[in-house]
Amino acid sequence: MKYEEAIDKLSKIVERLEEGSLSLEESLTLFEEGIRLTRICMKILDEAEGKVRILTKELNGEIKLIDFEEGSAEN
Amino acid sequence: MCLFAGVFMDSEIFSVGEVTRYIKSLFENDEILTEISIRGEISNFKCHNSGHFYFSLKDEEAQIRCVMFKSRNTNLNFTPQNGQKVIATGYITVYEKNGEYQLYVETLEKDGIGELFLQFQKLKEKLQEEGLFDDSRKKNLPFLPQNIGIVTSINGAALRDLLTVIKRRFPNVNIIIVPVSVQGEQAKDEISEGIELLNIYGKVDVIIVGRGGGSIEELWAFNEEKVARAIANSKIPVISAVGHQTDFTIADFVADMRAPTPSAAGEMVIPEKEKLKGNLEIIQKRLFNRIETIINTKRQEVEYLKRYCTMRKFKSIVDSKRQDLDEILKELVLCIENFIEVRKTNVKNLLEKLNDLSPIAVLKRGYSICQNEDNKIIRTIEDAYINQTIKIMLSDGIIRCSVNSKEKRVIE
Repeated sequence: MKYEEAIDKLSKIVERLEEGSLSLEESLTLFEEGIRLTRICMKILDEAEGKVRILTKELNGEIKLIDFEEGSAEN
Repeated sequence: MCLFAGVFMDSEIFSVGEVTRYIKSLFENDEILTEISIRGEISNFKCHNSGHFYFSLKDEEAQIRCVMFKSRNTNLNFTPQNGQKVIATGYITVYEKNGEYQLYVETLEKDGIGELFLQFQKLKEKLQEEGLFDDSRKKNLPFLPQNIGIVTSINGAALRDLLTVIKRRFPNVNIIIVPVSVQGEQAKDEISEGIELLNIYGKVDVIIVGRGGGSIEELWAFNEEKVARAIANSKIPVISAVGHQTDFTIADFVADMRAPTPSAAGEMVIPEKEKLKGNLEIIQKRLFNRIETIINTKRQEVEYLKRYCTMRKFKSIVDSKRQDLDEILKELVLCIENFIEVRKTNVKNLLEKLNDLSPIAVLKRGYSICQNEDNKIIRTIEDAYINQTIKIMLSDGIIRCSVNSKEKRVIE
C-alpha cells in the first residue's frame, strides 16, 4: 500500500470513529484497522535506507551503480 | 571645405564625383564607421551570380544596404535568410556609382539571442501543437517517493542544492544521480540519454532534471527538441528545475511539473518526514483518544445496564424460583403422602399376616396345643407316655386329660 493511500484510509477511520454512532464491535474493528494502517505508514517512512548513488551506462551498455560520496563533487 | 581649399580655390561649384568622393572620405576617416558591428534583421537578400551577397539590415526604425563579397562569405556556416537576426561586422562607406552608403560586411553571425528566441518559439509552437504540453499528459508526482532520480551535472550547484534540501526534508530517501553535461554540444544528448537511462533502470519514482542558473546559451540544452522528447517519453514523472525563477525553457513546458529552481524542486519532490511523522502521531493520538472515549462510554452503558438488569433479573429469577419451589414442595408433599399411604397399607398387611401367625388365631381355627405338666409342648408321640396327665390348650381354655394309649400314625 502507498503512504498516501494508507494515511487517507486512516483519516477516514478516525473521522468515522469520531462521528460516533458505531457499535463497540465496529469501533474496535476500525480501531484495529487504524493501528494496522499507522504501523504501515511508520514502516513506509522508515523504509528507504538513505543511499545516494550514481547511475552510469558503460560503453558496452551495462548499467552501473556506485555509491556517491558527499563532497566528491568538489574534487 | 577647407580640405579642398587648395584644389577648388576659385570655384564654389563641385562635380558629383568630387562631392561623393568628399563624402566617402568623411566615412573613411570616421573612427566608428570604419569598424562597426550592427544588429538587425536580414531583408531583400540576394545572392548574385558573382557569389556576392546583397541584402539590407533593418530594424523597426531604419535599414542599411549591405554587401558581402564572395571572398568573405565562402566561409560562412549558414545561408542568410530573410527575417533572420544577425550581427554584421564591417565598415560603412559610399559606393560612388549609385551614391549610396552601404555596409561592407566582413563577418556575419547569427544574432544569438534573436536566433535562439526564434528557435525557442518555433519548437514551442510545434510541440504545443503536438499536444506535448497538454495537462492531460501530465503525470502526477508521487506523494512519497522512495527513490529520486536526478539528471544534472555532478559538479553543479544544482546537485548540491538538491541534495541539501532533499536530505534535510527526508534524510532516508534514496537518490540516484545520473551525471551529465548541462551545457555545451553534448548536453542535449547526455541529458536525454540520462532520462532514458533512469527509465531503463526503472527503480526511481520521480526524476528531477535541471541545472543552476546561467546565460540563455548555457541553459540552451533544455530548449532542445531531443531533451523535450525524452521528458515527454519518460514513463516516470519528471520535474524540470532549470536556472532561476525567471528562466522558462521548453523542458519546463513538457515536464510534469516545473520547479522555478533546483532547491524548489527539492521542496516539491518530497514532503518533510518530521511533518509526516507529526501528523501521523496526531492521527494516532486521535485514534487512541477516540477508542478510549468509546470504550468508556460503553463501559458506563454496561454499568448502568448491569445495575438496572441485575435488579430486574434477580427479581424475575426469584419469582421463577419461588414458583419452582412451590412446585417442588407440592410434589414433595404429594410424595410424602404417597409414601405414608403406601407404608400404611403395608403395616396393615403385616399386621394381618402377623395375626394369622398368632397361635391364638390357630387355636380359633380348631387347632390345639398339647403340653406336659411342665408346659413343654408335646410335638411327637415320643414326648407322651401312658397315664401321663397332659394339658390341651384350646382357644378358650385348657383341658386336663390323661393319656390312655398312643399309636404312631402319619396324619395326612
